[in-house]
This record gives sequence, structure tokens and C-alpha cells, in this order.
Amino acid sequence: MIQQVSKSTSREPLLEVDNLVVEYSVGNKIVHAVSGVSLHIARGETLGLVGESGCGKSTLGRAVLRLHRPVSGRVLFDGHDLTAMQGNALRQMRQRVQLIFQDPIASLNPRRRIGDIIAEPLAISGVNDLQQRKKLVDEVLGAVGLDPALVAGRLPHEFSGGQCQRICIARALVLNPEFIVCDEPVSALDVSIRAQILNLLEEMKARYGLTLLFIAHDLAVVKAVSDRVAVMYLGRLCEVGPSEQVFASPAHPYTALLIEAIPIPDPDVRPVETVPVGEPPSPISPPSGCRFRTRCPRADQRCSEEMPELRTVAPGQFAACHHPLIGS
Amino acid sequence: MNDVALLTLEGVSVDLPTPRGNLRAVDGVDLTVGAGRTLGIVGESGCGKTMLSRAILQLLPKKAKHSGSVMFDGQDLLQLPPERLRKLRGRSLAVVFQDPMTSLNPVLTIGTQLIETLREHLELDLAAAEMRSVELLAAVSIPAPEQRLKQYPHQLSGGMRQRVAIAIALSCEPKLLIADEPTTALDVTIQAQILDLLVREQRRRHMAMILITHDLGVVAGRTDEVAVMYAGRVVERAPTPVLFKKMRMPYTEALLAAIPKIDAAPHTPLPAISGRPPDPTRPLRGCSFSPRCRYAARRCHQEKPALVEAESREHLYACFHPIETGAVAGA
Amino acid sequence: MATLELTITEIEQMQARRLGPLCWMAVGWMTFMFAVAMFADVLPLPSPTDMDMLERRAPTSLQHWLGTDGLGRDELARLIFGARVSLVVGLCAPVIGLTFGGALGMLAGYFRGRFETLVVGSMDVLLAFPPLILALAVIAYLGQSLVNLTCILGVLGIPAFMRVARASTLTLARREFVIAAQALGATHARILLRELLPNVMLPLLAFFLLSVAVTIVVEGALSFLGLGVPPPASSWGSMIGEGRESLEVAPRLAFMPAIAMFLTVLSFNLVGDTLRALTDPRQGAL
Repeated sequence: MIQQVSKSTSREPLLEVDNLVVEYSVGNKIVHAVSGVSLHIARGETLGLVGESGCGKSTLGRAVLRLHRPVSGRVLFDGHDLTAMQGNALRQMRQRVQLIFQDPIASLNPRRRIGDIIAEPLAISGVNDLQQRKKLVDEVLGAVGLDPALVAGRLPHEFSGGQCQRICIARALVLNPEFIVCDEPVSALDVSIRAQILNLLEEMKARYGLTLLFIAHDLAVVKAVSDRVAVMYLGRLCEVGPSEQVFASPAHPYTALLIEAIPIPDPDVRPVETVPVGEPPSPISPPSGCRFRTRCPRADQRCSEEMPELRTVAPGQFAACHHPLIGS
Repeated sequence: MNDVALLTLEGVSVDLPTPRGNLRAVDGVDLTVGAGRTLGIVGESGCGKTMLSRAILQLLPKKAKHSGSVMFDGQDLLQLPPERLRKLRGRSLAVVFQDPMTSLNPVLTIGTQLIETLREHLELDLAAAEMRSVELLAAVSIPAPEQRLKQYPHQLSGGMRQRVAIAIALSCEPKLLIADEPTTALDVTIQAQILDLLVREQRRRHMAMILITHDLGVVAGRTDEVAVMYAGRVVERAPTPVLFKKMRMPYTEALLAAIPKIDAAPHTPLPAISGRPPDPTRPLRGCSFSPRCRYAARRCHQEKPALVEAESREHLYACFHPIETGAVAGA
Repeated sequence: MATLELTITEIEQMQARRLGPLCWMAVGWMTFMFAVAMFADVLPLPSPTDMDMLERRAPTSLQHWLGTDGLGRDELARLIFGARVSLVVGLCAPVIGLTFGGALGMLAGYFRGRFETLVVGSMDVLLAFPPLILALAVIAYLGQSLVNLTCILGVLGIPAFMRVARASTLTLARREFVIAAQALGATHARILLRELLPNVMLPLLAFFLLSVAVTIVVEGALSFLGLGVPPPASSWGSMIGEGRESLEVAPRLAFMPAIAMFLTVLSFNLVGDTLRALTDPRQGAL
């Protein structure tokens, strides 16, 4: 039975990640995907998690949902330790936390009808009344801008990428969750459709009172929807802070590098001739000390010996760097 | 400084027969690229930009019907016999594709692929080809080039593979390089490096380049001219600064406005373009963008606008209700 | 509306999706064979086991539409009852393979780890035995009967089905829609039955039809060697074997069951191939 969860107005963070470490093995090597990440997300907030491929942001997002078993560390959702939960209790928790993926078409079972796909969460959580199910499915399809009469009986391959993403969002919303992890939800979509989906996410956030963890590699997209932003590099957090502040004055050299690299659609802005700073190292054997030091123009001896921790560099802004650009 | 046109496309159309009907992938495109100049082609998926590049390279699927003329370096590519075309491709006409994992042969070493190209087109002996390969890899900033020759594509990162693909493309000193979404699959910091590499090499070799992308930001600082495509047609074409400052097509304006800007405040609603791109098997009678255009009027739904000149001969657009001159997009 | 920018390979694949006339003819033959085999008892046929020593190797006549064999038995009746044997063994044995092999393959591909190694390893052991020798040995030990034959052929087919199911499951289990189901808290059973099975079923069915074709031939070979269904029951294979002696006098006794088998096997192959062509590109396009 779906309980209309009253969204609590508690001041405690809704999600707390405490020194999470996630590793997995590829062949006989170990990939250090997430190496000691701590963060918290307040109720009603959108935290943007940004980083390039291989930084571990997707793994972190999935670990928060217990889709990866962490090696150590905890994930606390509304005070409950998700990492220690099993079986039924975990299943109950899962109804409050949902996930939206990057590839909308692959996220839908190609052999099931849309109506069934969206009703699946209801079936799993025990809503057995078919009338009730249909009502909730129709409601949520309408909320994402799709006509249930036209959509519910069809198969996923009949829809475009943007429409499939709307369906995925509908599926994530049907249980009235409190927290949604969005793993690169617009990266696979066209530019003109991206804006539609981002607007839709903002609208749904307001309507359902959601808290979001928004994972992406596109900084401008992340900034557009996030209140605070966290920058990740090779399994560790580099910088965390309010979006406006971090982008206006980044403290970590990697954040600055990311911002510089964004192609600006303005012909007067000459792209900065980037000094080739090489490729990111492999997460199988990350550099000692600060992981960014191999590409950092400010790196020195201390950076290779001592791993920097997140420290306050400005009100509300934290950076893990021995030589931050501000507030050292 | 008017360069001689290296590539001239006139009325190029590509039709693909499908079970759902005829698909007009490219619809009467006219373009020119001068020697040593860069043209950016911008459009979303389904606009026909990839089919257009295939038409230039004459690498269309067998069932495709193409018409129009593609004049490259004084020769009409549609009339050339296959043997001559093959000699042209790789030598004077080179391509870099989006996904380096599929454009490089996964079972051959980097060295083999480079040397193969060099020996095929330049008829070098093995030693000379090897030396030149090492030079090329160094030119595209690949560290330890001698070791790389023996490595396989899967041992390199995405950015490295793309550099190798560029090295192969540049190996025979082509006159025209077509880069089809070369950085879409790469991270943003690597993207910047690859684009810089392309622009640098293009300037050094005085090579013409066509940069195909869906990202207006990529073409902004790096191209001389930009053509915007929608539903198989070129809807606006202008020198780059002119396009961004004095755009006329509502689609170009909408496309620019829909990109999240890094200096905008968070939670600013994005002016999204409603609706979806048209179904290419069911072409509309009027302007293809009219169902989504906020300025559309009756005429737009019934008649297809032709390309007309704006304030200069170099700026063309196809619209009955162009936006005012001087309007800054996104404002 | 599906993808707008059709890639080159998609266009070529879409052409192949049409069911050609050849496929329909194959379906027609299969239906005819099934009908005839099912209703063999009610058809106005002389008994396939009545021997008429006076009419041995008789040519076609009104009494015996296709003549008689070396022991005076009606050829047409024997062909039709032989069809029954071939189809029963040909269908039931792969069903055993499909159920057990399919289930093992799906479980192995989904759970991975030690279970998968165990399953794949044991299948490899089974495959290592030369199948015909194994069949002979088991039949020699357990005796000839329709049931024994079906069972041994069924068991021999399990590894192949396991492979197909496992390969399909491995690709699918990594797709986001499966992870989405896990994220919703679905049990493993639910994921296997509701998410994976409908997708794995297609390649399995296509393979099933091809397997039917192979089984009919194998049953024919065993019967030809005299190790299939015991006489007096007729099987196409044993009829070919018996017809060998009469090749100079009445070649039709060997050729007709051979042609019947050929057409049936060909039909199953054609339909199986078409099904495979229909299901693969769709999966690839995802």
C-alpha cells in the first residue's frame, strides 16, 4: 500500500555518505572507483556531482542505492544505515529512493508495454488493486507530459529518446519517492530535447518535493539545475560548494581546468589554448597523494606525499588541495 | 583574400528507400569550402549532417540515391570511377569519425594501420613509413610514440585513440579533412585538446576542414563559416561571427538559447524548443521547423522557404519571418 | 516514432525482415506434416503393420497409393506414421533441452561466479562425449524405446541451449532496464521471469526450431542403424535402412522417406533462420 509520505521538514540531511569506498575487480586487477567520499544532501536540495569519465561518479550514485556493495563506509538515508540493511527492510527503503539512467531506451524492457513498465514499481511494492495502479500510472504519465491513452499500450522502441526519458522519469515518480539519483539523464539526448527534460526535472522536483543527486559530466548542465555542486576526480572529491560560488571562483585547479575547457558559444571568446595536460591516470593504479597532481600546474613534492582532505576555503566551499586557488 | 573553392556542393540530395517510404536524408544542399578554410556544420541527430559527409566521401549505402554535384579540386566526385575515388580518399580527402573504437581496426596494431595507409597512398618503403608514423604520432602529442606503434587500440584511452585516428587522417597531407563529431564521445578536457590539435594542424598544413557537430560552442571559436542544418536542408549559413551576432533563423536562435550557459544562475528555466524533429519519411509541405517555431505563420506551414541573402552575399537563411538584425540570441 | 537518423546497417537489416515466399512454403509444409501426423489414426489408411506377403514391393495402385515395402506393408501409411515418430522425437527432445538448458543458461548468465563456472564446466564435460556413441551406449543399456530415445536426445541437446540462453542473458543482464528493476527492489525471481525471460525467449525459440531439424536427422540416423524405435513401428530412418535392400528393384522405398525427411528438416531450418533474422537486429538496435 502506498502511503502518502508526508515530506518531513527535518533539518537533518536526507542523505549522508560517510567515507564510502567502492572497489570492483576487472580480471585480476582492482579498480578503485570510489576512494573515501563523504558528502551530505539536505532535504529539497539538488546536489550536482560532476566529473569526467572514470572519476567514479556513476559508481557513487549506484552505491548510494546499494547497487554496488561498498568495501567500507556508510550511506545514511533519513538516518537509516542503508549499508547495513538486507532483504525486506532494504526493499522498503528502495521505494523512497529512485534512479534515472543515461540511456533512456536501454532503461526500458523492450518487450514490455509502457503501462506495465510504469506499473512495475507499484506491483513490487504491493499495490494489487489494478484500478488503483492504472490511476497512479495515468496520473504520473500526465505529469511528465505524455498522454496515457496514446502511450500506455505501446512498446519502447516506438518512442524517441526524449519521450523514453520522460517515461523513465514517470517510472521513477510513480511511488512518490523522496530522493532521486539522476545518472547523466540528458547526456544521450539532443540539445533541443535536453532543455525540455531539464525543465521537466525542475518541475517535477517542485511538484513532488524531491531531493536530487544530479550526476553529469557537462558543467553547464549541472550548474543549471544544482544548488550545490561537488567535483569528483579519480574516486575522490576535489571541491564542494554552492554552484554559483564554485563556478565564479573555483578553488581547486581541476575545477578551474574543467571550467576553462567548456566550449563557449560566443565567437569573441577565443578558446584558451590549453597546454596539453595529458590523460587522466587509470583508476587501477591512481597516483600517490593527490590524484590530480600528474596534471596539475601547481603540484609540488607535498602533493605526491600527502593526500589532501576537504578543507574550508570560503564560506560553504570546500576544496581538497594543498595549494588551492583561493583561501589558502 | 578569396581562396579558390576546394569543395563545391550543388543541389546535393540523398534519398534512402525504407519500408516506411522514401527518406530524404539530404535535401538540395549547396555549400562551398575554400582551400585552407574551416566550415562548421551544426545540427541535431536526424538533420542529415552525417549523410551529407558520406555523400561528399561517396560512401553512401548501396540503396541510396544521390543527386547533385560534388566538385572536389576540380573533379566531379559523382562521375569518377571507383578506382580513382579510392585513390582520392585517404590521400586528398580524409575523415575522422566520432567513435575511435570502431573507426580503428581492433585487431591490428596502431603501427600497422598507420603504415598501411602510408604505403598505400605514398608508396613508401617499410622503414620510411615507420619513421613517418613515429613523426605523425609525435605531431598529435602522443607520448612515447615508438612504443605506441606496437599497441592495439583497446590499450589506449579514448582521447589517445582519437589522436591516432587524426594521425592516420593527416598522414598523407590531405587537402580536405572531414571531422564528423570528433569529440562527442570524449570528456570535456580531452575535447578541448583534440579540437585545439585539429585547428593547429589545419592552420599549419593550410588544409580545409569541415567540422560536423551538434554543439554550437565547438564551432564558435574554431571555424570560419558555419552552416546550420535542419531536416536535411541548410537553413542558415554565414561567417561564424556573423552567425552568432546577426542570426536570422528562429531555429538557430532557439538552438543557442536552449544550451545551458555557464554564467547563468542555477534554476534559470531554459527556453526549450517544444516538439520533436520531423519524421524524414513524411516531409512537411511547408517549412520543416514550422511546427516548433514560435514565429510561425500560415505561410510557413504551406510553403518551403528558399535560401535568401541577408545583409551580405555570404549570409544566407531560409525563413519567411527572420528575427530582427542585431537581436542577441538568448536575451 | 523510432530513431530518426537511420544508420546504414539498419536500412539493410530492414530489407531482410520481410518474410519471403520460401518461408511461407516451409510453414505450409510443416503445417501439413503436423496435421497428417496428428490425424493419422482417423485417416482412411491401411494399417502400417499389416504384412501382405503377396504384394511385396508392389508398385502404386489404388489400394496402396505409394505401393508396398519389402514386407508388403503399405508405404504411405508407414510414411505417415513415421512422420509421427520423427515429429514426436523431433519436438519433445528439444523441449527437454530448451527447458533445462534454457533455465541453466539463464541462471548461469545472471548469477555468474562459481555457479556459472560449475554449469559451464559440466556442460563442457557433456559435450566432450561423442554424442552418437553416448546415445548408442545408453540405448544399449536401457533398451530401445521411443521414450528412451527422446530422453537421451533431449539430454544431449541441453549444452547447446545452455550456451544460447547464457549468451543472451549475459548481454541483457547488464542493460539498464535490469538494473532499474534491481533498483526498485525486485527479487531475483521477478527479474529473471519478468524482465529477462521475455527477451531471452526469442533467440531460444529460433534455436529451438533449428534444433528440431537436427534432432529429426539424428533420430533418422539412429533408426537407420537399427537403434531407434524398435520394429514394427516405422520411422523414416528405419524405412531408409530397409529400403537400402530394394534400391535396384524399388528405389522409391528408400527415396520417399528420405525426401520426406529432407523437406521437413529444410522447413524447420528456414523458419528457424527467419525467426533468428527477425529477432537479432532488433536486439542489436537496442
